[in-house]
Amino acid sequence: MNHWIDIAYMLSAGAFIFGIKQLSSPDTARRGNMLSASGMLLAIIVTLLNKGILDFQWIVVGVVAGTVIGALAARLVAMTSMPEMVALFNGSGGLASLLVAWEAHRRSPSPEVFQNATVLISVFIGALTFTGSLIAWGKLSGKLPGRPFLFPGQKPLNLVLILAVVGLTVAFCAGGGANLTFFHIVLGVALLLGVLTTIPIGGADMPVIIALLNSYSGLAACATGFVLRNNVLVVTGSLVGASGIILTQIMCKAMNRSLGNVLFSGFGSASTSKKQDKIEGEVKPISVEDTFILLEAARSVAVVPGYGMAVAQAQHAVHELGQILEANGAQVQYAIHPVAGRMPGHMNVLLAEANVPYEQLVEMEAINPVMETVDVCLIIGANDIVNPAAAEDPSSPIHGMPIIEAHKARTVIVMKRSMASGFAGIDNALFFRENSRMLFGDARQTLQGLVAEFKG
Amino acid sequence: METTLLIYLFFIFLLSAVLGFELISKVPSTLHTPLMSGSNAISGIAIVGALLAAGSGTDDTLSRWLGLIALIAATVNVVGGYLVTDRMLEMFKKKGDKR
Repeated sequence: MNHWIDIAYMLSAGAFIFGIKQLSSPDTARRGNMLSASGMLLAIIVTLLNKGILDFQWIVVGVVAGTVIGALAARLVAMTSMPEMVALFNGSGGLASLLVAWEAHRRSPSPEVFQNATVLISVFIGALTFTGSLIAWGKLSGKLPGRPFLFPGQKPLNLVLILAVVGLTVAFCAGGGANLTFFHIVLGVALLLGVLTTIPIGGADMPVIIALLNSYSGLAACATGFVLRNNVLVVTGSLVGASGIILTQIMCKAMNRSLGNVLFSGFGSASTSKKQDKIEGEVKPISVEDTFILLEAARSVAVVPGYGMAVAQAQHAVHELGQILEANGAQVQYAIHPVAGRMPGHMNVLLAEANVPYEQLVEMEAINPVMETVDVCLIIGANDIVNPAAAEDPSSPIHGMPIIEAHKARTVIVMKRSMASGFAGIDNALFFRENSRMLFGDARQTLQGLVAEFKG
Repeated sequence: METTLLIYLFFIFLLSAVLGFELISKVPSTLHTPLMSGSNAISGIAIVGALLAAGSGTDDTLSRWLGLIALIAATVNVVGGYLVTDRMLEMFKKKGDKR
């Protein structure tokens, strides 16, 4: 019987692998997700056939409660709130791994060093993922302030706590896993560390931390796999762990910063934003009517969305304007910066929700070489990712970050609520350019105003 | 036997991590959000352990609660993760696709 379970687990792992493979194209992605889900269903069914399961009452309660919560959350969440949703799901995965390892240690304690070490590693990563994700969720949903939270001695404190965890783990294993006080302290410290390592991360660095927490949740499952000696957990956990690490790297690269810098520098807080030279020149506001005249004459339009588009829920209005411009004979492209928004691919999902065909979404590397041929570049709620200072001003805190070179377009229209600076807390040199015009106001209302101009 | 099993587990850990790196680097940035929520749902595989924990029939009260909460958390992760990923992927349309 046990062999059959192992064979079924192998099939599940295969389904996950091919499911992820099919995610490499939007055409097959949905099928891939279904395949992956059926692999999960198979794993669950064969686990229920396991002889070790004696009591189904609690299983029914747990599965029903979890399904109701999960399904409701998945159906009701707004697409603009997707980053916080993913953070919460990450957290629940971490919590599950932590509790499974804890329960395994209670039910079948073992004096073996390796077994006890994996239990603690699993508990540690799971707890870190859990509280880290809760903090990330709080920041993303605006329930906690989004700016970095720093206090003196933060780094030494974290270091001391990590050393304490290492010391206690060694002591716990040396004592044959019998000393539960050590266990509880490690659990508490790990929960605390999840909070302490996430609060210094600022809003716009969230794509990195979400990807990293995703990786942690996989590694936690993997460690639990070692605790339970279960191959499907190990395979799957390491797949997800690797996936999160790759995404983390991509996000860091897109900001030209190391992971260490993202995690520890408190970027965007008042102390790190050095005073820079005042930018010479003045900004030139433009009215909706004049913008309409410019757009009507444009043959080529590039739209650069940012987090502000998500805040204003302007994605549908953006697409409506895009369609009108196309009907008017213009070529419309949507240029997406890898770290625009609050999670990897955030803008793509929002525009997909508004029915923008994915062929029209172009990556930074593809739009920059042709930016000079663009008549009007429309910037909607983006700031730092189009700041030419990143390329031109070595004293700028964001110097070296790859940007969408909007300033090279013939005309740049910046839609913005006010002159407030972006996440990095610096002035945007783009706004002061000769070819830039500022269109102030709520992005959605302004876009609707432009649509009305075209229709009227 | 025990050592053989562990070496075997480390072996598949190594291979799947390499496979993961290869697979994920081929996912286009357009699909990064569904990739995250989808891989997140996959990491809910801890549900396998949670089922064993919740169904152990133990008399230990704390163990029971740990198992139950683990199962709820893992089920939320799996069900919510897959459904929300499907909801997002459904929206990715080509030009000319009808809704």
